[in-house]
Amino acid sequence: MPVLEREGAQIWRRRTTRESLVRWFGWFLGTAVFVYCWQIISASTTWFFVWDAPRIADDIWTRATPPKWGYITQLGGPIWDTLNIATLGTLISLCLAVPVAFLAARNTTPSALVIRPIALLIIVSTRSINSLIWALLLIAIIGPGVFAGVVAIAIRSIGFCAKLLYEAIEEIDHSQVEAITATGGSRWQVMAYGIVPQILPAFAGIAVFRWDINIRESTVLGLVGAGGIGLQLSASLNVLAWPQVSLILIVILAAVVISEWVSAKVRGAII
Amino acid sequence: MLRLQKLTKTYKTGDQALKAIDLEVPKGQVLALIGPSGAGKSTMIRCINRLVEPTDGGVHLGDMDLTKLGSSALRKARREMGMIFQEYALVERLTVMENVLSGRLGYVGFWRSFLRRFPQSDVDEAFRLLDRVGLLHMADKRADELSGGQRQRVGICRALIQNPKLLLVDEPTASLDPKTSRQIMRLITELCKERGLAAIINIHDVALAQMFVPRVVGLRFGEVVYDGLPTGLTPGKLTEIYGEEDWEATIEKVDDEDIEATE
Repeated sequence: MPVLEREGAQIWRRRTTRESLVRWFGWFLGTAVFVYCWQIISASTTWFFVWDAPRIADDIWTRATPPKWGYITQLGGPIWDTLNIATLGTLISLCLAVPVAFLAARNTTPSALVIRPIALLIIVSTRSINSLIWALLLIAIIGPGVFAGVVAIAIRSIGFCAKLLYEAIEEIDHSQVEAITATGGSRWQVMAYGIVPQILPAFAGIAVFRWDINIRESTVLGLVGAGGIGLQLSASLNVLAWPQVSLILIVILAAVVISEWVSAKVRGAII
Repeated sequence: MLRLQKLTKTYKTGDQALKAIDLEVPKGQVLALIGPSGAGKSTMIRCINRLVEPTDGGVHLGDMDLTKLGSSALRKARREMGMIFQEYALVERLTVMENVLSGRLGYVGFWRSFLRRFPQSDVDEAFRLLDRVGLLHMADKRADELSGGQRQRVGICRALIQNPKLLLVDEPTASLDPKTSRQIMRLITELCKERGLAAIINIHDVALAQMFVPRVVGLRFGEVVYDGLPTGLTPGKLTEIYGEEDWEATIEKVDDEDIEATE
């Protein structure tokens, strides 16, 4: 208790002297480690390239502007592919994520000891691997192209959607479930009447949010050969066609802005 | 018609919520279950339709022991017991009509209920019940747009459309204002009389219970400590149920209200 008696008055301190010392030492140690790391990083940096950076950046900027506007005729197909990869991938992942979420939620899982850990494992493993890496693996398995991109996006999104959805399922109002159970409804009826209406807004929100993320992710999938506008980007980078690169970046930016706008509108309409 | 036989519930924590309760409810009788919070009132009515699994003892509805039933027989048995909840427990995002019709889930197959294709007779009955409780014009509103009293009326419709023999009512008035509380209690008791239903009503408000029901059961620490007429609830009895308190005011208030009601 950090209350000191001094001259008859009770003085209150937030921490005892000992606690204050420990904290001060902690901060000191943290600062020391920071300074030490800074030194190591500084020693292994080739400063020549860093000082050089503004000049190079300026050089690339002048090469890349103005964008090669005529090239846009060749970008329609790839950007359409990208949108399709994102949309199809999201739809497939939602179909797979819904059952996983119900198996993972504590209040709906058939078995907390066996099935729930499996569902959680699916969630963690699909979430922890980046979609680019999934795409690399899938290209090796099913060959390059749009389909590999769709599957990569689908697998990558399962964990995300299932995790958010199972959290929503765990937060439902249990009394509504109780009421439907009390009418004599079957397990599936309890799900359709007691649980689904309660998680529907969350589900719609998650779907749109993930679609929005997937548009951004699918733009880079082409870099490894999984179709979409990334394919054009990597081809242009390889031949140092900077005006094309800048145009592609503008197109990607436009696609992302539009998807953000759509998802904001949809979410606004649901909630 | 309903007979509890040494009904016992022990929670995993070791708390004994119900200690060998024996209780018999004849056909068509409405009884109020009173007692302090934690006395086991909610547990008792949830043990009857097995929303909570009883640990020991029997629940006989007619000549069937509910505690022995398998899951599909239990669902059939649950259709005979309508339940009304404290916080209404309506499915908030469904319409009033869907909520009422959800009382028929035990009778209708999954796809029919999923596609909302309920038999016309059920729909007719739903309209009749909504009309009876004065909510016909609200049928198409979403449940979360309704006031507390209106929601509880929908809850009553949902329980009655099951065509039950018994109503299990858990604190129907605890979240309602005094006037609405009386209206709801009056509605429940009237409907029970019309349809010859038995009912067990958990209730906190002793005065309200005394106004509307012919039999009161007092529960304390999972045991029945009073079973008799509402007029028999003397200050001594109330002390036995709830513990030491000045009960004169409560009882006097009841007398006043009775006079008011008869005027």
